[in-house]
Amino acid sequence: MATKASRTAARAMISPSVILLLGWMLIPLGLTIYFSLLRYNLLMPGARPFVGWENYEFFITNPAFTTALINTLLLVGGVLLITVIGGVLLALLLNLEMWGQGIVRILVIAPFFVMPTVSALVWKNMFMNPVNGLFGYLAKGLGLEPFDFLSQAPLASIIGIVSWQWLPFATLILLTAIQSLDSEQLEAAEMDGAGPFSRFFYITLPHLARAITVVVLIQTIFLLSIFAEIFVTTNGGPGNASTNLTFLIYKESLLSFDVGAGSAGGVIAIILANIVAIFLMRMIGKNLDA
Amino acid sequence: MARAVTTQRKAINTLIAWIVGLLIFFPILWIFILSFHSEGDAIKSPLEVITSTWTFESYATVQERSNYFRHFWNSVVISVGSTVLGLIIAVPSAWAMAFVPGKRTKDVLMWMLSTKMLPPVGVLLPIYLICQNLGLLDTRIALVFILMMINLPIIIWMLYTYFREIPGEILEAARMDGASLREEVIYVLLPMAVPGIASTLLLNIILAWNEAFWTLTLTAAKAAPLTAFIASYSSPEGLFYAKLSAASIMAIAPILIMGWFSQKQLVRGLTFGAVK
Repeated sequence: MATKASRTAARAMISPSVILLLGWMLIPLGLTIYFSLLRYNLLMPGARPFVGWENYEFFITNPAFTTALINTLLLVGGVLLITVIGGVLLALLLNLEMWGQGIVRILVIAPFFVMPTVSALVWKNMFMNPVNGLFGYLAKGLGLEPFDFLSQAPLASIIGIVSWQWLPFATLILLTAIQSLDSEQLEAAEMDGAGPFSRFFYITLPHLARAITVVVLIQTIFLLSIFAEIFVTTNGGPGNASTNLTFLIYKESLLSFDVGAGSAGGVIAIILANIVAIFLMRMIGKNLDA
Repeated sequence: MARAVTTQRKAINTLIAWIVGLLIFFPILWIFILSFHSEGDAIKSPLEVITSTWTFESYATVQERSNYFRHFWNSVVISVGSTVLGLIIAVPSAWAMAFVPGKRTKDVLMWMLSTKMLPPVGVLLPIYLICQNLGLLDTRIALVFILMMINLPIIIWMLYTYFREIPGEILEAARMDGASLREEVIYVLLPMAVPGIASTLLLNIILAWNEAFWTLTLTAAKAAPLTAFIASYSSPEGLFYAKLSAASIMAIAPILIMGWFSQKQLVRGLTFGAVK
C-alpha cells in the first residue's frame, strides 16, 4: 500500500536517528581503535608515536588483566546463577494463589529501581559494615565474630549486591512467561499422574527456556559493564581482588591517564561484549519475524 | 486458575510469599526507618534504632550541607531532557518503520539495537577527551546528549513494538468516513499511540535517572546528578547513616513510584519485545 511518496517521507523520518546512531557508533569506536595503536599518555605531553600492538601486549601481559578477566567471569556467572535460579523460584511462588499478590510483587521488584550507587552504599554501610552493620549485630547476637565482608570476600559481596539488584528483573520476566503457560496442560499432566517435580521439569521449565535465555543474554550485556557498585564499595580492592575488566580499563584510562592502554582494553571489552551480543541479536531477530 | 485452591493452602502461600517479599524489600525499608532518626541513634543496634525518637532532622541537614536540590534538579534535567529529546527523534522513525516497512526495516532495527551492545567503557576515552576539548566535562548538556544516545535504541524499539500493534485498517476506515489527514492524526492515531509513548517515556526516565557509568565518570561537583552525589558518601569512612539514608530515600522515591506504575511495560521494554 506504500506509495513512492510515503516511502520518501518514511526515509526522511528515519534518517535523523540513523545518522545520529551511526555517528555515535563510528566516531568513538574509530577513535578508540586509533588511540589503541598510539603511545599516548595524558601525563606525558609530546609526540604520540604509532606503536602497533604494543598497548595490547602491555594490557594483556599485565597480571591485573588475568585477575580482572577471571573476576569478570565470576561476577557475571555468579550473578546469573543466583538470579536465574532465584528468579525461577520467585516466579513460581508469585504465580501461586494468595492474598495481596499485587503488593508482594511490588515489594519484590522494588530493588530494580534503586540506583546502583544507593544500593551498593546501603549494603556496604548498613549491612556489611562489621561494626555498625546489621549483619555485624546479627553475628554478635548469635555469639559469632562479625565478618568484614568487603575486605575479606570483596568479590562475593559485590556478587551479592548485584544479585539483589537484578533478581527482580529475572523474576518479572520469568513471571510473565509463566503466566502465559497453558494451565490446562498442567492439569492434564496432573491427571495422568505426573507429580509436582516432573510437571516442573517436563512442562514448566521447557516453557521457560526461551525467557531464561533472554534473561541470561540481556543481563550478561549489563553485567559485563558493572562499574558503580565496585566504584563506591571496594574501588577494585583490596589489591585487584574485586577489579573487573570495566573497572581495570577505567583505572588505566582516567586514573593513570594512559590513553593507549586504556583504549586497547576498551577494544578487548568491545570484542567480548560482541560475542554475547551476537547470540542475543539472533534471539531477538527470530522474534521479529514471528 | 481453573481449580479451586483450599483456603489453608492459600494461607500458606500468602505467608511464604509475604516473608520472601519483605526480606527482599527490607534494605529499602531499613534506610527509610534510619532516615527518620538522628545520626547518633542510627548507628545503634537495630532494636535501639526503632525505639529511639523519630525526627525529620536528617532531611533538613542533607539539604543544608550539600545543596541537595541542586543535584536533584540535575537528575531531573538530565533524565527528562535526554528522554524527551530521544522521543522527538525516535517517534517519527519508529512511526515510519511500523507503518511504511521497507525491505531493510528489519536490518535497520537490528543494527540500531546492536549499538546498544557497545560496552560504555569501550568508548570512555574518546567521549571523555571530546568532552574535555569542547569544555563539556561536568556539564548537563553533555550528559543529556550521551544518555539520549545510549537510550535511543531502546526508545525506538519500544515505540516500534507499540506502533506495530495499531491496526492500519482503522486508518482506512477513518479515511472512508471522510476524515481529513489532520483529523486522522488527532482523533485516530494519537489516542492509540499515546499509551505506548507514555510508557516509553516512563521507562526511559527511570533508566536515565539510574544510569551510573557516564554520570560518575563525566561529572564533578557542578553537574553531578544524584547517582554521583550519593557516591560521594563513599569516600570518607565517616558514618553518616542517617544522612545517607535520607539522601537515598529522596533519590529513589520518585523512581520507585514511577517504576511501580510502569511494571507491566517494563518486561516488554527491557527485552525488546522478546518476552511479552
